[in-house]
Amino acid sequence: MAMKIGTDQFKERVDKGIHNSFMRGAVAGAQDGMGIKRRLATEELGNWEDWRSHGEEIRQHVLKYLDYYLEQLSENVAKRGGHVFFAQTKEEASGYIRSIVQKKNAKKIVKSKSMVTEEISLNAVLEKEGCEVIETDLGEYILQVDDHDPPSHIVVPALHKNKEQIRDVFKEKLGYTKTSKPEELAAHAREMLRKEYLSADIGITGCNFAIAETGSFSLVTNEGNADLVTALPKTQITVMGMERIVPTFEEMEVLVSLLTRSAVGQKLTSYITVLTGPREELDVDGPEEFHLVIVDNGRSNILGGEFQAVLQCIRCAACINVCPVYRHVGGHSYGSIYSGPIGAVLSPLLGGYDEYKELPYASTLCGACTEVCPVKIPLHNLLHKHREIIVEKEGKAPISEKLAMKAFGLGAASPTLYKLGTKMAPAAMNPFTVGDKISKGPGPLKAWTEIREFPAPNKERFRDWFKNRDKGGK
Amino acid sequence: MKVTLFATCLVDLFQSNVGKATVELLERLGCEIDFPESQVCCGQPAYNSGYVKESKEAMKQMIDTFMDAEYVVSPSGSCAFMFHEYPHIFKGDPVWEPKAKKLAEKTFELTQFIVEVLKIEDVGAKFEANVTYHTSCHMTRLLGVKKAPMILLKNVKGLKFTELPGKEQCCGFGGTFSVKMSQISEQMVDEKVCHIEETEAEYLIGADAGCLINIGGRIERIGKPIKVLHIAEVLNCL
Repeated sequence: MAMKIGTDQFKERVDKGIHNSFMRGAVAGAQDGMGIKRRLATEELGNWEDWRSHGEEIRQHVLKYLDYYLEQLSENVAKRGGHVFFAQTKEEASGYIRSIVQKKNAKKIVKSKSMVTEEISLNAVLEKEGCEVIETDLGEYILQVDDHDPPSHIVVPALHKNKEQIRDVFKEKLGYTKTSKPEELAAHAREMLRKEYLSADIGITGCNFAIAETGSFSLVTNEGNADLVTALPKTQITVMGMERIVPTFEEMEVLVSLLTRSAVGQKLTSYITVLTGPREELDVDGPEEFHLVIVDNGRSNILGGEFQAVLQCIRCAACINVCPVYRHVGGHSYGSIYSGPIGAVLSPLLGGYDEYKELPYASTLCGACTEVCPVKIPLHNLLHKHREIIVEKEGKAPISEKLAMKAFGLGAASPTLYKLGTKMAPAAMNPFTVGDKISKGPGPLKAWTEIREFPAPNKERFRDWFKNRDKGGK
Repeated sequence: MKVTLFATCLVDLFQSNVGKATVELLERLGCEIDFPESQVCCGQPAYNSGYVKESKEAMKQMIDTFMDAEYVVSPSGSCAFMFHEYPHIFKGDPVWEPKAKKLAEKTFELTQFIVEVLKIEDVGAKFEANVTYHTSCHMTRLLGVKKAPMILLKNVKGLKFTELPGKEQCCGFGGTFSVKMSQISEQMVDEKVCHIEETEAEYLIGADAGCLINIGGRIERIGKPIKVLHIAEVLNCL
């Protein structure tokens, strides 16, 4: 799977999303539930805003000195006997991993959850190589079993499915015979997965934060699957976006706290695993060989530019969980594995405006995303920045809109024209007005009045009332 | 106290009652109102759609219009916030950035002005009805005015207030979003209307004409018996 999902156009995707009542029920329920948990977990700290500022500061610092920390990280990984590979493109990244697979003659690969491996289409590349690739995160596993249904959320990938749908998938694909109880479904997946860990040749993980000072990397999970992925296979490959670094354990602790509270409303997740290099002499488990693949894939183009703040992201999905647009259209409508507000900012940067030009407009700029972001990414401002570029640099806005906005510019800049325009409005709207409302409007009002009434312009504008009142000695 | 009214284009053209109520309310609270005729639109529709160049012309016109005002007050959190954005938009412009800063510093949303500047929490209004209140996104999140409208409403005699479930959720207006993404907007406003119905309120009150025209327009289309009022109209009821 690549970053892009599906072949439908934006409008078709949205239409499908809106008409998928199962998905919408699941998403609304999840948003409401996670919203409450997040609020409690953040308020509990008593000074959440200070935490956010601290998180922002750490992320900004790392981005500013990213070259330094990348060098420090790779030196320290090498010192501990690991291999580091810098991949400029997704092809370089997946190509390097394929070469390891070939060298090891690997047939079975177990994976823990990783968005960046989705971004570089890793599973498809390895499957083409004849490997069996098994996702071990429960959500990802469900999607994989369901004929590679794409993820609709960066933290809860199968959010769009309810437990009955999952039971049906398991029944059809895995011969499952029990009920839709989450415990029974999870137990079945666990049983299926256990033997895979034991027989896998390679384990592949993502990375929440790499720690430059020690050459370690951390994984934040609730299922413990990542621990088996990293403990059992002889070879381990960890893939990370190049910006996912912290200087030391001290900063990691702050960011993990921000992450778990923002993502799932937990103080800590069940497992927070930190690993350093391959197995050492006295270790009882762990891989014999360790590779760290650091992926650029467009990130260095973002660095130093007006969108740099998006690289502060720690992939908690709090913005997705509060987004009122995501709530109604679901993750697949974004056409990218990165959905919601963060996806609407990131996807056009990594995948281009041709593919994702609608996403920056799929927002009311209500600011809910910016308000919850634990590292203070000004998400709604970045969405606006995209719009500015689409209009002014890319020239991708519709002609009719451009003309209307040009007229707006002229009219609004001249009080005389503006006054004339607003004075003429009631007459201009008269053919469309019934009583005090417009039910079938022309031009841009058409889309408005398809779903709601629009008020007819007042016969006496406020300014006329005020003027007349002044004249009449008030 | 001298107040220069920034009425907003929506109020000027479509909701003149809100403008009238704002004037009468502020006068009753002892203010002297001035309305400069050269005011236009704050530029937000064009700006938010990405037409920054075009919108800046409107902004410059507004900055000049309100240059000599002591206090600028607007019955819209969203439009008042736009004035607060001007300094960021003109950042680095040696002529317009300092002027924009001055304007932002003296611009207030109506309820914010009454509570924070006039230091009045009870305007002496009386309104006997069951109401709920829509907190508009720009006013609460971006301008940061959360408490003022609540303080004023709670002191209105006879008013029975029920909090709106999911109140922090956007109503789906979003300026041009409402027409560009009308299908999504419809879902959002429908959920908002459902929540309003749950409160069993007779009136939905808000402080932003944009949201109110959106929600009110949907309520009218689907024929719900809920009336929509701007907070200025409620506070002006005696």
